[in-house]
Amino acid sequence: MKMVNATINHINITVEENTSILKAAKKFGLNIPTLCFYEDLNIKSDCRVCVVEVEGRKGLVASCSTPIKEGMVIYTNSPRVINARKTIVELILANHDTNCATCVKNMRCELQNLAKTLGIDQNRFPSVLQKCDIDDHNPCLVRNPNLCIKCGRCVDVCSIIQGTSVLSILGRGHETRVSAVFDEPLSENFCTFCGQCASVCPVGAITEKDDTDVVWKALTDHNKHVIVQVAPAVRVSLGEEVGLKAGTIVTGKIVSAMKLLGFDRVFDTDFTADLTIIEEGNELIDRITNNGVLPMMTSCCPGWINYAETRYPDILDHISSCKSPQQMFGALAKSYYPKQAGIDPSDVFVVSVMPCTAKKYEAKRDEMKVNKEYPDIDAVLTTRELGKMIKQMGIDFENLEETDFDSPFGITTGAAAIFGATGGVMEAAIRTVYEVVNQKPLEKMDFKELRGLNGIKEADINLGGSTVKVAVAHTLSMAKILCDQVRAGTSPYTFIEIMTCPGGCIGGGGQPYGTTNQIRQNRIDSTYVVDANMKFRKSHENPEVVALYENFLKEPLGDLSHHLLHTHYHDRHHEEQKNAYDEGNH
Amino acid sequence: MLLEDVLKKYPREENQLIEILLEYQTVKSSHYISKDEVMMIAHYLNIPDSKVGSVLSFYTFFSNKPRGKHIIQVCKDVPCYVCSNVDVLKIIEKELGIRVNETTTNQQFTLEYTSCLGCCDAGPAMRIDDKIFTHLTADKIKAILSEYRVYM
Amino acid sequence: MIEMKLISKRFGKINPLSIDEYIHFNGYKNLKKALMMEKTEIIEEIQKAALRGRGGAGFPTAAKMMGLAKEVSKEKYIICNADEGEPGNFKDRYLMENDPHQILEGMIIVAYATGGTKGIIYVRGEYQKSISLLKWSIDEAKKKGFLGQKICNSPFNFDIEVRSGAGSYVCGEEFALIESIEGHPGRTRVKPPFPTEKGLFGKPTLINNVETFSTIPTIIEIGGNRFAQIGTLTSTGTKLISLSGNVKNKGVYEIPFGVPIRKVIFELGGGIVNDRKIKMVQLGGACGPIIPEYMLDMIIDFERFEEFESKTGAGAIIVIDDRFDIFTILLKIVRFFQHESCGKCTPCREGHIQLGNIIEKFIERKATMQDIVSLESLARVIHQASLCGLGQTSTTSIISSLKYFRDDYIDRVEHSERGQTI
Repeated sequence: MKMVNATINHINITVEENTSILKAAKKFGLNIPTLCFYEDLNIKSDCRVCVVEVEGRKGLVASCSTPIKEGMVIYTNSPRVINARKTIVELILANHDTNCATCVKNMRCELQNLAKTLGIDQNRFPSVLQKCDIDDHNPCLVRNPNLCIKCGRCVDVCSIIQGTSVLSILGRGHETRVSAVFDEPLSENFCTFCGQCASVCPVGAITEKDDTDVVWKALTDHNKHVIVQVAPAVRVSLGEEVGLKAGTIVTGKIVSAMKLLGFDRVFDTDFTADLTIIEEGNELIDRITNNGVLPMMTSCCPGWINYAETRYPDILDHISSCKSPQQMFGALAKSYYPKQAGIDPSDVFVVSVMPCTAKKYEAKRDEMKVNKEYPDIDAVLTTRELGKMIKQMGIDFENLEETDFDSPFGITTGAAAIFGATGGVMEAAIRTVYEVVNQKPLEKMDFKELRGLNGIKEADINLGGSTVKVAVAHTLSMAKILCDQVRAGTSPYTFIEIMTCPGGCIGGGGQPYGTTNQIRQNRIDSTYVVDANMKFRKSHENPEVVALYENFLKEPLGDLSHHLLHTHYHDRHHEEQKNAYDEGNH
Repeated sequence: MLLEDVLKKYPREENQLIEILLEYQTVKSSHYISKDEVMMIAHYLNIPDSKVGSVLSFYTFFSNKPRGKHIIQVCKDVPCYVCSNVDVLKIIEKELGIRVNETTTNQQFTLEYTSCLGCCDAGPAMRIDDKIFTHLTADKIKAILSEYRVYM
Repeated sequence: MIEMKLISKRFGKINPLSIDEYIHFNGYKNLKKALMMEKTEIIEEIQKAALRGRGGAGFPTAAKMMGLAKEVSKEKYIICNADEGEPGNFKDRYLMENDPHQILEGMIIVAYATGGTKGIIYVRGEYQKSISLLKWSIDEAKKKGFLGQKICNSPFNFDIEVRSGAGSYVCGEEFALIESIEGHPGRTRVKPPFPTEKGLFGKPTLINNVETFSTIPTIIEIGGNRFAQIGTLTSTGTKLISLSGNVKNKGVYEIPFGVPIRKVIFELGGGIVNDRKIKMVQLGGACGPIIPEYMLDMIIDFERFEEFESKTGAGAIIVIDDRFDIFTILLKIVRFFQHESCGKCTPCREGHIQLGNIIEKFIERKATMQDIVSLESLARVIHQASLCGLGQTSTTSIISSLKYFRDDYIDRVEHSERGQTI
């Protein structure tokens, strides 16, 4: 690669040709302030905060999008530049609701940080904010246009990464705003609630609906037996909420923190992930053996289910009828568990902690009620919300002792642990299906071709003497490719795993802020470390799962399994989505 | 159906969107595009609804709310302003009994401002539908409006 | 007479609907001549002519053509920017309504020289007459073999399509224009890459103004050297001036570069209506500087205008007499840019509203000395930090007014401070 020489603030630098000024400066220890810039997203260059002065150019240039050329002389902090940056941030603040102390993003807000970094101590411009309504007409996400700074990150993830294009930029000039078409709520426009928009929003314009108050209320209600399940992806991510490095494995500390928060029992969603593998693996074998609908597609991702029901209702019969691990847990928690524990099921309050915002929608689906009067899952918290509760309680998380999960939903396997990574569900399923069909142990435990951040991954599996093709996709734009094949009848696959979020659940919409591909990789790497260190690595070896079948469910795909652990889907292509969310169910 | 007839004339390519909106909105007497129509156009071009909605909201020619049969647009920029002996907008407002950005109750006229029409050599100027009228005086404005009323 | 009719020579002399009359009046002769030349020769002539873009930015046309010519691609687009929307400018409308074939001829020559495969003329939606005339002329040109396959019996193929705008001035900016043709809102793109590398549909694209294309046949006819002898050293050839405002004879006049503004106003424009005094003149269009009467001896020339940190713009001259005050005019200009800003970048989207608020304070006689400071600072930030040409030029009028009409500002503040409110 050709190298070029330039100077930044009188310091000589040498970088690869076409490196942006922003990246070059960072390499040499200088962090030029930015706002709309987000690692791994396309460069927009529209906030203009990162402008710098380049000798010979009349105007200021955006450092994020200007490549270094030989001999360039750059100043990142000249008086012109500083005045421009301050002015730009003041302009943004003048069209922004600046009640920071009561803002959902207080202390986690990139605009706030920027104002502080730039030393803004007054705003020369009067407020021109015209207050408009907040969109909270769905159970997952809250959009507050009074906070939006029109950086466009959410529109980019929605249209480029996910390909769903629910959010767009409307209007022109000062009327410019981010919204769904015709300024309608998200819920009326087939939003999948994946929450990727919330995870990239620099301010509080899009956040998850906060259910912490609901959980606090339950925790302090002595009549309630409050139990919680923790998703696989949370244990490699929650640490970031308290300042630990991405990928730090904090499983045991999470359990301890939950106990301090007041949960009566702390269970592991990984348990029902193992259960999902048993049910889904057997379902796959059944379809293969009995000419069932193939390819079969996974069903544990609620964003994907929302996507399929609204955009691919014609292929719903390909999707596994298995509930997600969250919902299998909920069903057992309101039937098997209360019986075992001698508690009235209506007194059991079930909370799940998920890396996901769409899980809040899933929990409220009408099908997810084994007792018709109340839901199986009472509240869903994102990883971020759990972090918030830990801080509210004043827990010194980093220094907690490790505690094990509670029985009877505490023993889990490595197969379950890897659900959090894209390709993990597929790999977990293969570990079981292979051994059941071939009646012999796996030659290799790890299917590396199904791991990593490529959009679509494939593998060939030997099942009963035949080669079976499987595929894994993450992000909805990649899912679309496989769905189109299924729709056209040209899919070469027998089994397909779809995850809505980039990287799988570890990249979910409810994960700690600042997720980049590097951080996704860190979380994924840790996920496989957890797997490698587990005593049991295949779902069918989980003794507690085996016991559950022996004592309760009897057999995979049996009557009780179907009643509790399986579900069905709806063609929502023509429905007004607002009917799907009971507004009284806030 | 009117929209289907218009759509059939165009290739199913995203870059035809503005041409489709322009033609359809012109032939539709209420000169606007509804949400259902946005969805139909999006489906025809195989693009998301939001992309059609975004274009609709960006360009001043388009509207997502019904407008009058005739859209009157008055130039508000400097070259027309400095050679206006009359306040064109006020005269029209008085004649029609509406304010700018409003539509007459009989749905015949909508009154809007427009940016420069490129008739600075012949101002003050206004546009009614796709016709441009120049060298406006109070009498001329009233006469033009009368003609449009006659043809209603 | 200071007029020099090179590209406006046919105005009023031919029926614009008639290709035969165009041909009879030297039409398509230069296309035939160009088709016999080497492609590099044509670009060399344009380079010798030192032709600069006539749409406002004044970019050297030959450099743009070379940029496109060197790209290797099966598809290359030649776009004519006919989105003339800047207040004060109407010369492109005159060219389209009076001599449409000249534009086509220029486009075809440029396409031939650069390997262009498809042409598009993007016309603002308000110019219905121009759109109809151009479509008609394209059909006529096709019938005569000047467009389509095997142009003038050469192996060169080229077609032109007319596309309409839909009410957005910013679509005159090159990437916003490309976005519009692609069926998107007219918001510009991050540069680099530039249009000649990656433009319409991701293909190499050259965009030039109507007047620039109209000038090409003349350069082929008289040669680049001869063209360069007209005008000034840095601004060669002629320029169409759109003269409007309080002059007696508003209209489009073609003059060689180097003519003083005063001459245009008084000799061509016939002076001021009712012989009033000139208060101010805006040059170039709404994105140009506003100068006082005593500066009117300045010549019309790209370099001279660069002194205003501006460009000649599209060559408009708007004359405003002493009935009007600077603030009312500035507010109208700011409102124009508020309305036309695409909204993508912060300084332009948020800045113009604040500018309008400050100017209103001057109009309402509530302004302070601090407001003068704030106005200047904000205008400069918008000018320096905006993403595209709209924001980069929209505040030229304000910045120039602070220099040349500072007394008006101070006077207004003093009257406010004395408590004389309206």
